[in-house]
Amino acid sequence: MADTLVDVRGLKIGARIFPPGEKPKDIEIVHGVDFTVEKGKVLGLIGESGAGKSTIGLSTLAYGRGGVELTGGEVFVNGRDILNLKGGDLRTFRGHEVTYVSQSAAASFNPAKKIMAQVTEACTKHNLCSKEEAEARAVTLFTKLGLPDPENIGNRYPHQVSGGQLQRCMTALALCPQPDLVIFDEPTTALDVTTQIDVLAAIKEAIRDTGVAALYITHDLAVVAQVSDHIMVLQHGRMVEYGTVDHIINTPSEPYTQALVSVRSNIHEEKPETGDVVLKVDGISARYSGLKFDVLKDVSVELEAGHTLAVVGESGSGKSTLARVITGLLPPHTGSIEFGGRTLSADLAGRTKEDLRELQMIYQMADVAMNPRQTIGTIIGRPLEFYFGLKGAEKHKRIVELLDEIEMGEGFIDRYPAELSGGQKQRVCIARALAAKPKLIICDEVTSALDPLVAEDILKLLLNLQKIENVSYLFITHDLATVKAIADSIAVMYQGELVRYGPKSKVLNPPFDDYTDLLLSSVPEMKLGWLEEVLAHRKMESAGN
Amino acid sequence: MIKLVIQRLALGCLLLLAASALIFFGIEILPGDAAQAVLGRSATAEALANLRAEMGLGRPAIVRYFEWLGGVVRGDLGVALTNGVDITSALADRFSKTLFLAFWAALISVPLAIFLGLLAVRFRDRWPDKMISAITLTLISVPEFIVGYVIMFFVAVKWQLLNPLSIVTANMGVFERLEAILLPVLVLTFVVLAQMMRMTRAAILNVMESAYIETAELKGLSRFEIIARHAFPNSIAPVVNVVMLNMAYLIVGVVVVEVVFNYPGMGQYLVDHVTKRDVPVVQAAGLIFAAVYILFNMFADIISILANPRLRHPK
Repeated sequence: MADTLVDVRGLKIGARIFPPGEKPKDIEIVHGVDFTVEKGKVLGLIGESGAGKSTIGLSTLAYGRGGVELTGGEVFVNGRDILNLKGGDLRTFRGHEVTYVSQSAAASFNPAKKIMAQVTEACTKHNLCSKEEAEARAVTLFTKLGLPDPENIGNRYPHQVSGGQLQRCMTALALCPQPDLVIFDEPTTALDVTTQIDVLAAIKEAIRDTGVAALYITHDLAVVAQVSDHIMVLQHGRMVEYGTVDHIINTPSEPYTQALVSVRSNIHEEKPETGDVVLKVDGISARYSGLKFDVLKDVSVELEAGHTLAVVGESGSGKSTLARVITGLLPPHTGSIEFGGRTLSADLAGRTKEDLRELQMIYQMADVAMNPRQTIGTIIGRPLEFYFGLKGAEKHKRIVELLDEIEMGEGFIDRYPAELSGGQKQRVCIARALAAKPKLIICDEVTSALDPLVAEDILKLLLNLQKIENVSYLFITHDLATVKAIADSIAVMYQGELVRYGPKSKVLNPPFDDYTDLLLSSVPEMKLGWLEEVLAHRKMESAGN
Repeated sequence: MIKLVIQRLALGCLLLLAASALIFFGIEILPGDAAQAVLGRSATAEALANLRAEMGLGRPAIVRYFEWLGGVVRGDLGVALTNGVDITSALADRFSKTLFLAFWAALISVPLAIFLGLLAVRFRDRWPDKMISAITLTLISVPEFIVGYVIMFFVAVKWQLLNPLSIVTANMGVFERLEAILLPVLVLTFVVLAQMMRMTRAAILNVMESAYIETAELKGLSRFEIIARHAFPNSIAPVVNVVMLNMAYLIVGVVVVEVVFNYPGMGQYLVDHVTKRDVPVVQAAGLIFAAVYILFNMFADIISILANPRLRHPK
């Protein structure tokens, strides 16, 4: 194996955790992982949060984030055991041989320094080349990565370029010292889907042109399939399956991999129209104080009882603002909201307790939407007491019913949020919303912070509850797979405007408007060569115009 | 950004105006007045009335306030009651001496505090960090007059290295002056060191949690390079704030130190005239102290604005 670049053997990684009220204890998070990366090849690491992907990736830099420590095994890069490198040798190794691209370039760039100085820093600090040479390399990389004005973009500060551009700058930063291996840690996860596709293409091209090897870490199998040669599937710090992309995508042998491949392929059967309108948003325009433009421009939508309207759009499209308007947090300057046959007061103070009860909300971050010092029973019991005056045994009975409905059971009643998993926390938030017996629940990106398999269960639960309670959902999301899995009708938003609206079957089928076409075609598909297909198709279309 | 800076400047002027009113009317409501102070407790009612009329004290306070304010704007702070000396020129001399003392104290303490702060971060939770914290905190916990007398006792009395009193005269050269103020500068440095050092340490440690510090670490930079090049530039704002506050303290808070070392600065001048109930001098000194505080806090604000790349380089 003359062309082996990275050789990891029996890697074990531990961390010290501090459980509340207990002594700190050491746990093992990666239990002996072996893999190799050949020169110029890309290995995808895939798994859900807590699988140890980032930790394993960073081990090839001999780096443990936070209290993480490499407790066993060996990591060879270019034939050298890097876990035993010390001081200056380790620093030179990090600056030159292996580099890192993080999920959030916005946080990973120093806000006080110009981009160019940060991109070339590793080169000049380790005397890899002269400053002029390093800057020339940077400009070449900026050009290759498709950044606008590559000659001058380095003179800007990080806050002066967009998120997608900064992510490409980070890739340039990693490639500038001409390393042998780049670790890409979820480099496109924080980006909008239409931005992701361009960054993905830029990264892929840069990897190909420079001949660098890469570890590509992500939770999104469809993304990793576009850039990798091989994929390693991880679960709970262990390798589940390893193989070529073709093997993992098309003929996975392990049940866990099969579940990952088939996730997000659920399609919800659209319900027929009933005419029983619960929510009617009519001609809403709204702006935040201090802004000179409307963030919502003449938006009108309707939602029927027991149905789900998905509001889909990218960051800045106004979808969350729409939720703020409907809940009364941001009174609109024109337009009205009809709910349950009556017109709602524009601002929260003017709404009755009944209005508040019938309109509940579930948030993206279940952690911060619950008081960490209250038990699950108290959290779910609060709306029962507040809206219905339930007390004692009666309240207890209803709490248990609700816990059963969210498939968790009575055992959780005295537990605290910190003891629950992410999915369980979101279930508790759902139960709390249901406790008020609402007509409408606004779900704001409720599955976005969850792993795909957990998110799928939450969506199934929501659909089930909808059948039982005949509750309507206004489902805000940026994720089109989620939309397909839950929506009856869809509203596509772009820069504060409703660009497309109607039943799901109409919205998701041609003829498309330009934006919806772009949005839909940008969603990564779980097949080989998807990225090239889309890009070739787009090139052809723009040539045709 | 220029708009923000101008806003700060205007706000500073407004604050100074408010401070001047507070000082003037604050002293106004104290029992007794300037005439009483001049003539003493045994003065006859007739003599008091005559003097009041002469000094114009019979007119409403608001009129006298604006007269005083008008004088201040023209640089005329009035005349001391006790000795009839022009306050402006007397204060100018004293203030320049206080500034001289504060300048040297700042020149030593600010870089030292920041360096010690950086050092404490570099060796976080190890013995250098703990030692720096322990020593500076001990020094700030002991009242400055005790520190002053202890230093005076050892350096001047026991070892006889320097003159215990910091008397400076007009015909002294710069080096003689520096030698004379060495002890008070040392005491002042001890007083302000701890807070600036701790704040620098805390501000940098806060920034050290950022993702871009990890980026720098993964570029293979050394720990000190990371602190100096990546962490410090992002902690300038809080550090500047505490530095400016301490610089203002160096000028305004020297009263005790000046009295201990018998240094002829503002503090001593103020103390002298407070005991004599010389109202115009107290007002003038109060106004200057207020101006110093407001000025340095304004500097801190403006530097914080300038240090923010988002404000310096808008999109």
